[in-house]
Amino acid sequence: MKQAEFLNVVLPFQDKLFRLAKRLLVSREEAEDATQEILLKLWSKNESMGKYKNVEAFAMTMTKNFCLDRLKSKQAGNLKLVHSNYSDENTSLQKQLEAEDSVNWMERIIKDLPEQQKMILQLRDVEQYEFDEICELMDMKPTAVRVALSRARKTVREELIKKHNYGIG
Amino acid sequence: MELGNIEKILEKYFEATATVDEERTLRAYFSQAEVAPHLEQYKPMFNYFSMAKEEKYTKQVPLKPRVNYYKWLSVAAAVVLTFGIYFGNQYQETKRLEQEKAEFAYEETKKALELLAVNFNRGTEKVAYLKEFEDAKQKIYNNN
Repeated sequence: MKQAEFLNVVLPFQDKLFRLAKRLLVSREEAEDATQEILLKLWSKNESMGKYKNVEAFAMTMTKNFCLDRLKSKQAGNLKLVHSNYSDENTSLQKQLEAEDSVNWMERIIKDLPEQQKMILQLRDVEQYEFDEICELMDMKPTAVRVALSRARKTVREELIKKHNYGIG
Repeated sequence: MELGNIEKILEKYFEATATVDEERTLRAYFSQAEVAPHLEQYKPMFNYFSMAKEEKYTKQVPLKPRVNYYKWLSVAAAVVLTFGIYFGNQYQETKRLEQEKAEFAYEETKKALELLAVNFNRGTEKVAYLKEFEDAKQKIYNNN
């Protein structure tokens, strides 16, 4: 496979890889590195790539596993710490902006979800994957996916309502 | 889209039983400026999801190196090997010639020295006659 062909195959879903990585790793730089790593891995396997039925699903699974590994590793632990410090420093500023900037708020709510729910929410609500695709990616049963997704959405709703009421009261 | 329908889909949405199409309907509804007041609170959620999808991966991936590198590595190895064999052979050849030459020179020198030794020996034989003089001289001395 030539470079141009490879890019054509990869182009439609590389943003999805990046967004999933960013959802899990939070920091933009980390996510960019992770995405690059995944794309290079794919490129190094590009002869066997024809064998995979669904390159996108394969790449998404790779991204998921890679990011979870990163989170487990010590390095990412440090990074997480740094990042939460960063957002803590900004809470007062954030509170000022909250009224208009619900994006940050949503991001923080999702950040506090368990990893699995985070991923499923990302795959379904942002990327609009079908349930069977999510099952395959997450290596989970359909019912388990639905339960996790429902739980994630309800948590987000509760947090939003809390915030909404707080804004009024 | 009437409100009752949206509410129904929203309920399904939170039970995670809505289809992708229904969820798209929800996102479309919440992207409008006017949303029913009691649903206002869900607006940030759906807007966020729509917005999150806009994020792009902008970094360029340096794809070239590995594959080409290996290809050229084998070429370089072949070239080095060929040159190595060629010059190696040449080197062995000159070394062998040098040794032959040295051996030849050694043999020649040996021959020359042998010749010299033979002649010297011949000289020594002649010198042996001098002993006679010595003897005669001794006899004369002893007689005195």
